[in-house]
Amino acid sequence: MSVKVMIPTPLRPHAGGKAAAEFQARTVAEALGRLTTEFGDLKRHLFTEDGKLRSFVNVYLNGEDIRYLGQENTPTKDGDTINIIPSIAGGKGLSRGAEKQFSG
Amino acid sequence: MTDSGKLWISAELAEKIRAHGAETYPHECCGALLGRDGSGDAAEGKPREVLELFPLVNRREDSPRNRFSVSPQDVLKAEKAAEARGLDVIGWYHSHPDHPARPSEYDREYAWPWYSYLIVSVQRGIPREMTSWRLHDDRERYSEETIEIRSETTSRS
Repeated sequence: MSVKVMIPTPLRPHAGGKAAAEFQARTVAEALGRLTTEFGDLKRHLFTEDGKLRSFVNVYLNGEDIRYLGQENTPTKDGDTINIIPSIAGGKGLSRGAEKQFSG
Repeated sequence: MTDSGKLWISAELAEKIRAHGAETYPHECCGALLGRDGSGDAAEGKPREVLELFPLVNRREDSPRNRFSVSPQDVLKAEKAAEARGLDVIGWYHSHPDHPARPSEYDREYAWPWYSYLIVSVQRGIPREMTSWRLHDDRERYSEETIEIRSETTSRS
């Protein structure tokens, strides 16, 4: 099954500058796995060290959030499109003494 | 911390970011930075440049005093707005109420590479220091960008 994965702007420098890549995949997990195999630098930005999708990485299959489908096990079919959409988050966090700061 | 180059922004836009931080104080403000990436190498060509802002609503209703969140739907709106203007989303800004303009561990944990993360410190309602940062590829540290205030916006050509 040929699946297109759209690569968001902040990750394109780690994907040879590409905005999209196509892979043979039967599930979303397989497509993302092939993506990070081809572009190894993407892995740490998409997945935690224990192999889970980072919480601020939103994956959509044909416009639907995979959290409401079968998560990464969602099956894919020929011609499907996977979009990776960032959430953006941050903040000062905890009190100054309770959290590591980057002093610059 | 390494130097990631320069970030150009007009005095007018810098003041709008500061005003947004003052407006939402004591909560964190947030928004998208629209502009152009430049040549990617400040030493050899044009630096990354902020040309417009896309202010957003902080979606962290549970903890807006020390957290901000931009939903994927808002990210798509910002990208659409950028595209309509012939620009790119080149980063995001947010405020740190009563806190230094330095990326926190929480900032680092949720950051994306490539984007410029501009932070304004708002002390007792008054905007103060403003800094900008890019996450390093190893996700372990940031490179600070030098914010260069331009008295006029540059040409878009």
